[in-house]
Amino acid sequence: MAEHVDLEKRRQAVYGWLLLSPAAILLTLFALYPSVATFWSSLFSRGTRRRPSEFVGIENYADLFADPTFWKVVGNNLVYAGVTIPMSIAIALAMALWANSRIPARGFVRTAYFTPTVLPMIAAANLWLFFYTPGLGVLDQIGSLFGLPSVNWLGQPETALWAVIIVTIWKEAGFFMIFYLAALQTIPEDLKEASDIEGASRWTYTRRIVLPLLMPTTLFIMVNALINSVKLIDHLFILTKGGPNDASKLILYYIWEMAFAFFDAPHAAAMTILVLVVLGIVAGIKFSYLDKRTHYQ
Amino acid sequence: MTDPFVHMENVAKRWNSQLGVENISLSIPRGSFVALLGPSGCGKSTTLRLLSGLELPDEGQITIDGRNVTLAAPSERNLSMVFQSYALFPHLSVAENVVFGLKVRKVAAAERREKLKRALDITGLLGYEARRPGELSGGQRQRVALARAIVANQPLCLMDEPLSNLDAKLRASVRKDIKKLQVDLGITVVYVTHDQTEAMSMADMVVLMKDGRIQQTGAPEDLYYRPANTFVAEFVGAPPMALIDGRILPGFPGAATIGLRAENMRLADPGTGRLTCHVSECEFLGSETFIGLSHPAASGLTVSMPGLKHIPTGEEMEITFADEDLHFFDEGGLRLLQPTGVSA
Repeated sequence: MAEHVDLEKRRQAVYGWLLLSPAAILLTLFALYPSVATFWSSLFSRGTRRRPSEFVGIENYADLFADPTFWKVVGNNLVYAGVTIPMSIAIALAMALWANSRIPARGFVRTAYFTPTVLPMIAAANLWLFFYTPGLGVLDQIGSLFGLPSVNWLGQPETALWAVIIVTIWKEAGFFMIFYLAALQTIPEDLKEASDIEGASRWTYTRRIVLPLLMPTTLFIMVNALINSVKLIDHLFILTKGGPNDASKLILYYIWEMAFAFFDAPHAAAMTILVLVVLGIVAGIKFSYLDKRTHYQ
Repeated sequence: MTDPFVHMENVAKRWNSQLGVENISLSIPRGSFVALLGPSGCGKSTTLRLLSGLELPDEGQITIDGRNVTLAAPSERNLSMVFQSYALFPHLSVAENVVFGLKVRKVAAAERREKLKRALDITGLLGYEARRPGELSGGQRQRVALARAIVANQPLCLMDEPLSNLDAKLRASVRKDIKKLQVDLGITVVYVTHDQTEAMSMADMVVLMKDGRIQQTGAPEDLYYRPANTFVAEFVGAPPMALIDGRILPGFPGAATIGLRAENMRLADPGTGRLTCHVSECEFLGSETFIGLSHPAASGLTVSMPGLKHIPTGEEMEITFADEDLHFFDEGGLRLLQPTGVSA
């Protein structure tokens, strides 16, 4: 008897490992190992022909913290995230609530909102480049109709980052709207009816019932938006290349520049590790604190 | 009670010219328990939703408590509603669910607490205030929905199949609770169900519907003993009334169809019965056994026998019955008060 049980247990264990292994192998190969390797290489100096790479501990990190460009980029990224995340979520929610109500041409409205998401990043960026171009661009053409002077939106430090922010919001809001639309459809119709019977206004219903029930989606979108905000690079290649004077440079672009334009891999690695740490902390907060306060159906 | 509390006059609701309900006229006295009964798709839920204001009628007039509310918003009709799915807000606690409407109506906090306590006390939910609906059993959720309906003390309560998500045992006990609640609070209840046992046992007045039209309105015993047509006869009662082709029973020339209830049928000795049938099935119910009988000119013939009986399928059986227990219907299926030419 006991032998059978033992055998069965062992077999279950083997099954368990077999089921686990694809994910474990892939994650180790493409997530865990690179992270550790990046961390490791961030502790060494840049090797040149004359001076081979050597262990320098946290010196690379110290360099970064002393680098004004790094702080500029961090600041840019904070502004970028701080504006794009709430704005795109708010717009996505508004569009979803509208596209979910009984309006004519609902299918068309949804498709129209979703189109920016379908466009490849580079194509979308080129499109906006055309909007922003001084003189020729659509914005300037419209402006000139009203006698406004030509503005080089992407070419001046005061407006470059904002121009990039607007492109991101335009692109992300439609994408997030799809999640909100899906979530709205899981809210049973009779909740609205129950609150109608109780005499709740549309606004009360939205605030007290719909928004709380959308919280899981909002959380999901927030994490996605945050990750996107440190992942943005393609727009910058087309629109500003981080300029002028680093005014629109974001962290991933700076990492790329560090690694492949300045060939300073250790500093790029150190920056990557810092980004990972920040994202890890945010994920920790999400899973420990916000999840408990969110109702999952 | 000359003035009915709720009155529907020739109400109709159609969707894309497709039939919803048609020609609904209904008077409900104050403090009564009315069941809207019928098979699925018969328009009973639509009728309830028209009363609630969740749907607006295309024709006709609805008055509640002397006020014309035909086009009024649900919240202006002074009523509460229990949904089939309960429609509890999943992210709110039991207490928050119950007082949701009071909060919307800006009832003061102290009064809200008091009403909440009373409603939870009545429904036996004290101690569950902080739970979420997801942490409650089906029966408890159902009681939360009831508590939410009674907390505001509205004179009219609409219930849309409130027991259909409960298991059979619980259903029987909640049925009694709801009836007691209605009597104690003195409220008027309009109750939608497809379960005739619910309708017959709880209601003072049953409205039986089919295909968007009212078939018969009356006390449960009216529907049972004086069915207005063959549909009512076949729908009400378990087992349903057997319908016999009038031509095979001599002596009732005006009756196209003759109805007969199981309890009025007796087995007869061979040669003395009025109908000769074959056994088609035996259904054992504990205290009695229903023996299903087949006859080429009749449907739904069932005879009830005490205790456990096992009669082989196909066996011949003769049944007999008294003339005064028969129900007569004309060609259109409508009840005949007196069959012409009764031989008596």
